[in-house]
Amino acid sequence: MSEKFDVIVVGAGPSGNAAAYTAAKAGLSVLQIERGEYPGSKNVQGAILYANALEQIIPDFREDAPLERHIIEQRMWVLDEQSFVGTHFRSDDYNKPPYNRYTIIRAQFDKWFSSKVKEAGALVICETTVDSLLMDGDQVVGVRCDRQGGEVFADVVILADGVNSTLARKAGFHGEIEAKNVALAVKEILFMPQETIEARFNVKDEEGVVIEMFGKITDGLMGTGFLYTNRDSITLGVGCMLSDFKENPNRTAPYAMLEKMKAHPSIAPLIAGGEMKEYCAHLIPEGGFYAVPKVVGNGWMIVGDSGGFVNATHREGSNLAMTTGRLAAETAIAAKTAGKGFNAKALANYKAALDESFVMKDLHKYRDMPNVFHDNSQFFTTYPELVNRAAQTMLTVDGIDKKTKEKEIFSSFRKSRTLAGLAGDAFKLWRAFR
Amino acid sequence: MSTVVNVEEKLFQNRYKVDHGRPHIKIRQPDLCRNECKTQACTFVCPAACYKSEGNGGVTLIADGCLECGSCRIICTELSNVEWEYPRGGHGILFKFG
Repeated sequence: MSEKFDVIVVGAGPSGNAAAYTAAKAGLSVLQIERGEYPGSKNVQGAILYANALEQIIPDFREDAPLERHIIEQRMWVLDEQSFVGTHFRSDDYNKPPYNRYTIIRAQFDKWFSSKVKEAGALVICETTVDSLLMDGDQVVGVRCDRQGGEVFADVVILADGVNSTLARKAGFHGEIEAKNVALAVKEILFMPQETIEARFNVKDEEGVVIEMFGKITDGLMGTGFLYTNRDSITLGVGCMLSDFKENPNRTAPYAMLEKMKAHPSIAPLIAGGEMKEYCAHLIPEGGFYAVPKVVGNGWMIVGDSGGFVNATHREGSNLAMTTGRLAAETAIAAKTAGKGFNAKALANYKAALDESFVMKDLHKYRDMPNVFHDNSQFFTTYPELVNRAAQTMLTVDGIDKKTKEKEIFSSFRKSRTLAGLAGDAFKLWRAFR
Repeated sequence: MSTVVNVEEKLFQNRYKVDHGRPHIKIRQPDLCRNECKTQACTFVCPAACYKSEGNGGVTLIADGCLECGSCRIICTELSNVEWEYPRGGHGILFKFG
């Protein structure tokens, strides 16, 4: 199949589908290659879909996309071994269409997105792994697949091959990923009747709740947990930086962490009776701004997780993926129209468009966040415990006056962290968030 | 955390199409694991427990339950002893839900 296309897209996740759809819709000849049995069969996400990024690609996606529940309530929990302190934000404004965010099941959603890509005119080939990029000097001119005679050519290759970024690494566009720049997350999907979910989370119809967690669930490592309500299932997961997993003196396995989280007294009742139907693991590129590699070169562009486009602070990824995919496709379209070739210079506008968009603006805003948390594990160990103990001290009615309790709380903070430490932590957080 | 967790029970729920006789991950030089690697972090970091510490001090790998995350390759930075490719098209883990 030594054919030539305008664009080859490697991978059929959110970024690859956004790129293939946008390019095909504009009339370019597009070949998309996916290694899974069907689009979605290799893909893992929490998963939350942020409507805005998809709206810009398929405005009427709500008509037939497989969406689980729209989120009307977000909970943030800081956990100790036995308790949690949390904030809940629930608003009926989130019940007014068009809804802002949804839980989705990726295998179903990606299949749907891929059907749209095909409708737009792209040729989608599954069960095919791309082994390497074809080069003509320093210009990427196509890909080599693991099929017989599997060399295919294109003006532009868009690398949407996921967090491991295998093709760009093999081609020497960037080095191996560092363990401190990726989180390893594991999760399970637990099925239960729709009514059970609605009763447990105080929702009706297609309303949903998300819970984001940190604290004792991660064994003192830097990480977070999550619980998302789907229509008739709950997704529950936990993730920590891969470097922390590796260096953890307790040698805790990710699945042991997940089991411990499931047994937490505040979480166990929410998932009780759920039938586990799948266990997944996945890396999330959380290195942020400084970990984004070179994303454009002669005949190639990198999009989505492969380029490290994840805003870990806000738990956003698929929206960055879709946006980068769309911008890369728009760049390819413009280059084709301009007719001045497809080298790095002709594709340079991709980087400029990224910088102009929320993608790089947000990554830049939170550029120091990964380091602050990485170097200060107290945010995941000491503080959750202190906050939970403070709440318990203040809320337990036992005849001790409140002033004395206040002093006790203050001295518990002082014992764990010096005043300078407390002030320093507050400053570090403020600096990283501002 | 000393909870004993049977990861095989979890993996049993998953769907795989194993590429028999063609594992997509290999340990390059088993001797390195036995003699040079003190932590053998792959034996507890791998979310599918594909890597096992053996009585003789070595590490064995059975990649059938692999979830294709890439962690083992990335954490083996000092020795770069993991040869890691994606499975051939259509093989490996097939997520039903993802």
